[in-house]
Amino acid sequence: MKGPQLLEEYVGRLATRMGAFFPGERAVFRGHDLHASLKDLDWLELYLFGITGRRYTPQQMKVLHAIGNFTSYPDARIWNNRVAALAGTARSTGSLGIAAALAVSEAQIYGRGVDLRASEFLTRARNRVDAGEDLADLVRAELKRQRGIAGYGRPITSADERIAPMMALVREHGLDGGPHLKLAFEVERILLAGRWRMRMNYGALAAALAADFGLSPREFYLFSIPAFLAGMPPCYLEAAEKPAGLLFPLPCRVMLYEGVSRRQWRR
Amino acid sequence: MSEEIIHTRIWQEEPEPDNAFAAASCHCHGYDVYGDLLVHASWIEYLFLLFRGESPSPAQARLLEGLALALANPGPRDAAVHAAMCGGVGGSTSASCLMAALAVGAGASGGAREVRLAMENGLARGTDMTLWQTSLAAKPVDDPADVWPAPGHPPGFDPHGVHCTKPVLQTLAYLAGLDCGLSLPWLQAHRPLLESAAGLPLAMPGVAAAALLDLGFTPAQGEMLHLLLRLPGAAVHALEQKDYGHKNFPFFRAELENDPGPAGAGLKTEDKS
Repeated sequence: MKGPQLLEEYVGRLATRMGAFFPGERAVFRGHDLHASLKDLDWLELYLFGITGRRYTPQQMKVLHAIGNFTSYPDARIWNNRVAALAGTARSTGSLGIAAALAVSEAQIYGRGVDLRASEFLTRARNRVDAGEDLADLVRAELKRQRGIAGYGRPITSADERIAPMMALVREHGLDGGPHLKLAFEVERILLAGRWRMRMNYGALAAALAADFGLSPREFYLFSIPAFLAGMPPCYLEAAEKPAGLLFPLPCRVMLYEGVSRRQWRR
Repeated sequence: MSEEIIHTRIWQEEPEPDNAFAAASCHCHGYDVYGDLLVHASWIEYLFLLFRGESPSPAQARLLEGLALALANPGPRDAAVHAAMCGGVGGSTSASCLMAALAVGAGASGGAREVRLAMENGLARGTDMTLWQTSLAAKPVDDPADVWPAPGHPPGFDPHGVHCTKPVLQTLAYLAGLDCGLSLPWLQAHRPLLESAAGLPLAMPGVAAAALLDLGFTPAQGEMLHLLLRLPGAAVHALEQKDYGHKNFPFFRAELENDPGPAGAGLKTEDKS
């Protein structure tokens, strides 16, 4: 069946295994009663259950919580946070500012774009190494194909302050022996030994840990969507509490015009 | 400490003598916006200027105006407009209604991403029918490292269509007749062959892509313009549904395939759903 006949099959109804609510009665979440059998899950456990349909050990949950916590910076200069803060200074709503800031976090040089590409590379590289390929060759091929490897190198600075505390936590919970994590550090060693001089950043570390916990690249991407969220409300709030317009006011002189000379529109 | 600067080739301002934060004059690509464009240019000409950096020819202005009219309101059945109405019906903020329309209307199936991909195809294949036929016969490839899910059908064609619809034919005929560029007339002349190769009828994103190429926009500019130009319909339908209220808006029927029932069900470590 295809075309309009196929569409007719779906008119007015939602066939689903993900869930539904029964007004005044109950709600079902992936086949489970949300208010009964899922009532003890914390928010992130429920969020992950919604994405993967799986549960994670208490040790894994500690690390998964930290993945978001360790990268939630209430610094309104950061581009995505700045959107939330600008919404505050412009007297827009918290929902609009933070939703837009989360959408902006799906960037190519940081955030969700890097998360997905880092996870895809590490899982693909691991499969190929398991099949007998040489990791250094894979790294060279990836650099040739993409002119970089997601999760390695960093805009603004090469040092990543999140790596050491995350690795301390990972070791504390005995989760530092996973194959993707080992491979991620091996990629860093290859990149540092060569002429590329790129260090691993937090994106690759988080992707490797999540892959070791069984998250596919797509699952990790969806898991990471609220990763920066906790840092955003403070940015909005402070800007909204100060007088309007005081966040990063821009005088005319900061614009450096590099375009064509003055001219007149046709009459 | 030196002040940080914003580089721009689009916009130039001079401050008011007594206020560095207020512009006394604004020039866009060299034209005085409030002293010249406001009086002598149309909105559609200004839109073209903003994106291309040059004033449009009369034919280009007519083509962009025609495209803007064709895209302005895809109607309430369109997923992006549906999303905006979901905002309107619950009394959500106006901006959230448009953000909903942008998020859904961004997609690779019927949205701005599809237009961008169709423009990239147009640039790569030009008027080489053999290349079009070979490429259209191949299934779109999913890139697991891309945040955009694979579209599942060739960009520019209707995945559920039977034949090319009358509005699409009318739009193509009118825009191609404006004689501005090569893509639209070529699409008009070769539509049946292309549809045969795709196994699907031409859809509005395909016409929009050809028009945007003929206007000299890059695929990235075309994607942005498609997002912008479809917002008017989303706005008015969101406002209209707010007036009608939620009791007059479809909620649809759920058919839960794994309902544990009122007693609930124990949580297993893995849900196969």
